[in-house]
Amino acid sequence: MPPLDSTKINIRAKLQNTYDAIVIGSGISGGWAAKELCEKGLKVLMLERGREYDHVKDYTTANKNPWEFEHGGKTTVEQQKNFAVIHRGWAAEEAVMDKWTNEQDCPYTEVKPFTWWRSYQMGGRSTLWGRQSYRLSDFDFEANAKDGYGVDWPIRYKNLAPWYDHAEKFAGISGSNEGLAHLPDGQFMPAMDLNCVEKDVAHRMKEHYKGMRHLIIGRVANLTAPAPGRTQCQYRNRCWEGCPFGGYFSTQSSTLPAAVATGNLTVRPFSIVTKLLYDRNMKKATGVEVLDAETNKTYEYYSKIIFVNASALNSTWVLMNSATGIWPGGLGSSSGELGHNVMDHHYNLGASGKIEGYEDKYIFGRRPNGFYIPRFANFYGDKRNYLRGFGYQGAASRSGWGREIAELTIGGAFKDAITEPGGWTIGATGFGEILPYHENKISLDKKVKDKWGLPVLAMDAEIKENELAMRKDIIKEMKEMLEVGGAKNIRSYDTGHAMGHGVHEMGTARMGKDPKTSVLNSNNQVWDALNVFVTDGAAMTSSACQNPSLTYMALTARAANFAVNELKKGNL
Amino acid sequence: MDRRKALQNVALLLGGSIVGGSVFTLTGCKTEKSVNKLFTQSQVDLMDEIAETILPKTKTPGAKEAKVGAFMSVMVLDCYTEKDQKVFMQGLETINKLSKEKNNADFMKATPEQRLALLISLDKEQKEYQGTKKQDDPSHYFRMMKELSLTGFFTSELGATKALRYEAVPGRFDGCAPYKIGDRAWAT
Repeated sequence: MPPLDSTKINIRAKLQNTYDAIVIGSGISGGWAAKELCEKGLKVLMLERGREYDHVKDYTTANKNPWEFEHGGKTTVEQQKNFAVIHRGWAAEEAVMDKWTNEQDCPYTEVKPFTWWRSYQMGGRSTLWGRQSYRLSDFDFEANAKDGYGVDWPIRYKNLAPWYDHAEKFAGISGSNEGLAHLPDGQFMPAMDLNCVEKDVAHRMKEHYKGMRHLIIGRVANLTAPAPGRTQCQYRNRCWEGCPFGGYFSTQSSTLPAAVATGNLTVRPFSIVTKLLYDRNMKKATGVEVLDAETNKTYEYYSKIIFVNASALNSTWVLMNSATGIWPGGLGSSSGELGHNVMDHHYNLGASGKIEGYEDKYIFGRRPNGFYIPRFANFYGDKRNYLRGFGYQGAASRSGWGREIAELTIGGAFKDAITEPGGWTIGATGFGEILPYHENKISLDKKVKDKWGLPVLAMDAEIKENELAMRKDIIKEMKEMLEVGGAKNIRSYDTGHAMGHGVHEMGTARMGKDPKTSVLNSNNQVWDALNVFVTDGAAMTSSACQNPSLTYMALTARAANFAVNELKKGNL
Repeated sequence: MDRRKALQNVALLLGGSIVGGSVFTLTGCKTEKSVNKLFTQSQVDLMDEIAETILPKTKTPGAKEAKVGAFMSVMVLDCYTEKDQKVFMQGLETINKLSKEKNNADFMKATPEQRLALLISLDKEQKEYQGTKKQDDPSHYFRMMKELSLTGFFTSELGATKALRYEAVPGRFDGCAPYKIGDRAWAT
């Protein structure tokens, strides 16, 4: 073929593969990036490495009754073998097994124990998430600067507050305004109810701790009033199977329809981004290389800006695999911090007890939410033998048929007894802040390859003395609060925390004020390529102890707004 | 020991699977209907009666009517390790053996009172065993049967809707609803 023709074809191919923006990943932050950029008029290509997973249509179990599940909710031996990591905790349930990532195709290396629960499909973990949504406060944004761990956040609460407003209004967060400076109020839909036991325990705690501790209803991304195109929560508590009502925030229920409605969105599933294409003269990324997960063919797509939203550790993987000819550690590694400062929330510990009485009280409906006890340690004059703090999530409930009945072992009387609700119990689980330690890191393990021949991540991170000291306190304080709340037979547990098990991976491409010590600037731009934005958990400079997804939404919307303004000014 | 008996014992040890997927009965040459790779129909019938003894028909339906035996056959086949399968299958044999020793009759032929007495003693035994066993040791076979009976029954349509109360789409939440003694618990 003559050279001229081939050039023409290449140019045309390149034009067809060119967008204003590319978004890598379709989870909570990717969905937000796509929505915000599309709504601001950009032509956006969203790349998802996994399968399509359509709203309602693909929620195949969501309307099944319990008896339509073959295994009573349990998983099979084959699933236990194939999804060994998922079986390390509560994530293994019959209804959702096909949403978790294939662990044989996508291995990772555990230098130290690391639990990594992934969902490679449209929407990422946004259809599986716990939906607890809390703002960070200046106690959190100032924490690193005050005690010297990690680097200072380049932003403060006032920078993010309007974007929290923006995110909450669209996502639909139900909750109560409490006037707590350390857990700022927001744009909430009406709060769900605490049950009668929880209300009384909250009251006793408030009295005892003289208003310094609070038991409040969880702030949760479930609608308590209708929203455009979505029906309010029906109290089925089956969110992670996908909600046919669109009752909670997910990419599918919320950001994806909004992005699609603009006519500006193209979605490409089965698209593994292997690297960002980097132009060393322009000092910018020009696009991405995509490996089609089904055909193994490679494609290139081009854009003016790129949002990396592949989830904290995979976003970092993409950066590590990019521009390695210039920086052996990858794009963003010039600071020496890319892949470092892995954080999570340490949990798997808590306490519970029995509450006497309330035998004439029960509940109607299944509340997909519990109570929250916000942080109280290490501020307002409180001082502990460790840094930072923790919160708790919990609930009170009447026990069910699984309980032991004294004197009754089997038979008719036993059966009739357990078909009535048992006594009330109350329990809570702690969620503790993990400090940003440089030595907690992930790296590319080039000796191990995934199904597509790509290097995998090696995880080398653990909790240390500060977290271990905090864990003792988490247990001690919960036992005390249960006692204050009127509980009896209080029992605590601590099954230890492997990093990642909190499913709040964070910090491996942190924001900062100085390109020498951080990967991203105050607008989530990669210092080494200003048209590349990372706005998922990787960006977090400290972990705080609040569930982080709402902060990713706010950071993403803020960065998208900044990016579009910069594009308009011709700065990107 | 005759050949058929030997074959059956081997089959049970291996988890019940022999060529053709059927197990010879002790009397006569007819092959017995198998329900899956592990269980024959008569074993499912036995499990139905064990489950019914644990959760009998009272003012609400019992485990047998809810087909808990069939549920157990699926669960043990799909969700149990080979090690646990062996313990479970051997447990079925043991129950019959004990029934014969105590009541001079297979479990299926024992009276409801005899069945109940036997399984109450096994429940006591399993509780003691579970409290002392090493973490990686398999559970006691009766523990397995009891757990499967409870899960199978209370997730069945009869169990969830007749023994318990089930509301597929509650539509609202009330955290302080009245309750009077005798009201059934929610299934989910």
